[in-house]
Amino acid sequence: MDLAIILALDVLNGTASLFLLCVGLAIIFGMMKIINLAHGEFVMLGAYATVIATNAGVDIWVSMIIVAPLFVGLVGLLIERCLIRFLYGRLVDSMLATWGLSLLLIGLVTTIYGNTMNGVPTPLGGFQVGEYRSSWYTLFLAGMAVSVMALVYALLRLTRFGLIARAVMHNPNMAATLGVNPDRVYMITFGIGAGLTGLAGGLLAPLSGITPVMGAAFIAKCFITVVGGGATIISGTLTASGLFGLINQLGAYLTTPVYGEVILFLSAIFLIRILPQGISGRFFKGMS
Amino acid sequence: MSFTRRYFLRSTAAAASATALVSPVFIRNAFAAEPILVGSLHDQSGTMAASGSPMVDSLKLGVEEVNAAGGLLGRPLKLVHYDTQSNIQLYSQYAQQLSVRDKVAVIVGGITSASREAIRPTFDRFRTLYVYNTLYEGGVCDRNMFITGTTPAQTVAKLVPYAMSKGGKKVYIIAADYNYGQITAKWMQKYVKENGGETLSVDFFPLDVTNFGPTISKIQAARPDLILSALVGGNHVAFYRQWAAAGMKDRIQIASTTFGLFNEPATLSAAESDGIIGTFGYFEELTTPASTAYVDKLKKLSPGIPYISELAAATYEGFNLWVEGVKKANTIERLPVIEALETGIAFDGPSGKVVVDHKTHHVSRNTYLAVVKDRKWIVTETFPDAQPLDTAAVCDLVKNPNDNKQYEISL
Repeated sequence: MDLAIILALDVLNGTASLFLLCVGLAIIFGMMKIINLAHGEFVMLGAYATVIATNAGVDIWVSMIIVAPLFVGLVGLLIERCLIRFLYGRLVDSMLATWGLSLLLIGLVTTIYGNTMNGVPTPLGGFQVGEYRSSWYTLFLAGMAVSVMALVYALLRLTRFGLIARAVMHNPNMAATLGVNPDRVYMITFGIGAGLTGLAGGLLAPLSGITPVMGAAFIAKCFITVVGGGATIISGTLTASGLFGLINQLGAYLTTPVYGEVILFLSAIFLIRILPQGISGRFFKGMS
Repeated sequence: MSFTRRYFLRSTAAAASATALVSPVFIRNAFAAEPILVGSLHDQSGTMAASGSPMVDSLKLGVEEVNAAGGLLGRPLKLVHYDTQSNIQLYSQYAQQLSVRDKVAVIVGGITSASREAIRPTFDRFRTLYVYNTLYEGGVCDRNMFITGTTPAQTVAKLVPYAMSKGGKKVYIIAADYNYGQITAKWMQKYVKENGGETLSVDFFPLDVTNFGPTISKIQAARPDLILSALVGGNHVAFYRQWAAAGMKDRIQIASTTFGLFNEPATLSAAESDGIIGTFGYFEELTTPASTAYVDKLKKLSPGIPYISELAAATYEGFNLWVEGVKKANTIERLPVIEALETGIAFDGPSGKVVVDHKTHHVSRNTYLAVVKDRKWIVTETFPDAQPLDTAAVCDLVKNPNDNKQYEISL
């Protein structure tokens, strides 16, 4: 029984981390159709922002939840203005450009902060479940994932900006004829996607070894989750994160970490084979 | 084809640059005190850069010192360094370049076992002397190379009994999923068994695993007394953080063959790393005069160096052993230098006395056991003149000088 609770917490942890990591990409790739290969580096920037702010004396919660997303969001805006805005609708070009961008960001951070490891300590402690222990931070991550989910849902479904953004993504020309400036909407949406990714970096910073190249570990998982999830942001990303989180964590527990990864990627291939439009393309059509 | 101005300029430029490329060859033969070239292959960018950069700095220090003291055999030394960018393909390419084009006297470098095995055959083929300075899984038997890093018999064999006395007899092994981790895990199992312990499980992790939640649950379910870790790289540091976050750190002892090779103790908080046990051939915290002098010099040369570990110290010692070999042989020719080194040349380095072992071409050296406290290593035990017994059990270059392979432990 205790073990079951601990395993459920593991799955929750896997799902929450995956959701937080992917929701930014779901906006940038799923919604805006930009294959952002620098996604992992946005995570890395968020983690660095958290470390640097914390080391400068900012409260760790403030640096994780406010500084990291704000900083990466601003970087995202800058990148959108200088690079991405020329690439809308050019899927392959966006891939090449953002790959270059990822190398540039790694190089920049390495030059400034050196090729060493950084870190911030994990706040909160552990708690006891029968004979096992788990960390409060897992529950905090899950809480953050739910908050982000609610926030993105509210933003896209309940606000005027959300309505316009969805309209622009659906048909920019039509939106433009109705008096919307698609350029501006794209810019803000990209900034939001980058900011959410930065938030994920900030939140995972206390659990990771932070190096300039850490982003590479996340990128493949994020893309399969977003593709597996399909076009709708919340329901797609959530179900795919849940499914892959479950498969990966239980796979790693029941077999070995190596097979855990193998099983994850195999099941992703299988999923995309039977549901080419992603989970949400089949089950949650038309939702956001 | 008409002879235009543009064509003229282009062809002259090409000819000029060709001359520029060729000319060093003539110059090289023209002067008597031409520099001796020392080749270096280390990663200064990419995933291995945190290991490689201090090694290059340490090598530069060695070269500068020799030059300041008037050079070697009356000739200055010149470092020919290539950044291999954590890319095995570049290792092969630059290894060829160093042997064939630059014709260096010796090559110092290679970091991971994968990179070493990629370049070792090249140096064998082109008969270029090779010095490898990373701690590794042991067993390489090759007369063309000298190995100064520690092997499992020098570190793991000391670490396991000590850690078992602190933790207990039931051991859980976690290791990185490539040849270093795989083979080191086998040595760990062997030493655990020899010390009367029991290995509950051995888990391997691909280098990009970042979420250790399931592993932490699995370890708790297995209830070991001790965790032996050969996890490698920045991503794997997440294990120690998540372990501490679950509040497990003071419940089960951790000992590692890799933790602290970079700046992990300084990166993690005291709550996450206090009490972790490690054994290496060198720690920056060593307070012997040789060690402090070396640390001062190296920090002066490269102030940004995060931590000076065995990697840097062994590089410095490996290079200096070669210098001693050249002095003794009185030439930079490969075979006489090898023979000179085989006489059991010694060098007093930052870690203590390092002596070349003829039989294995490894070294006997001091190894140290340390425990993390307040984000620093506290060196608690010294094992003087630790021998590379693992390799000595399978490799005998006195009897079979033509042996050339890496022996692997079988359980």
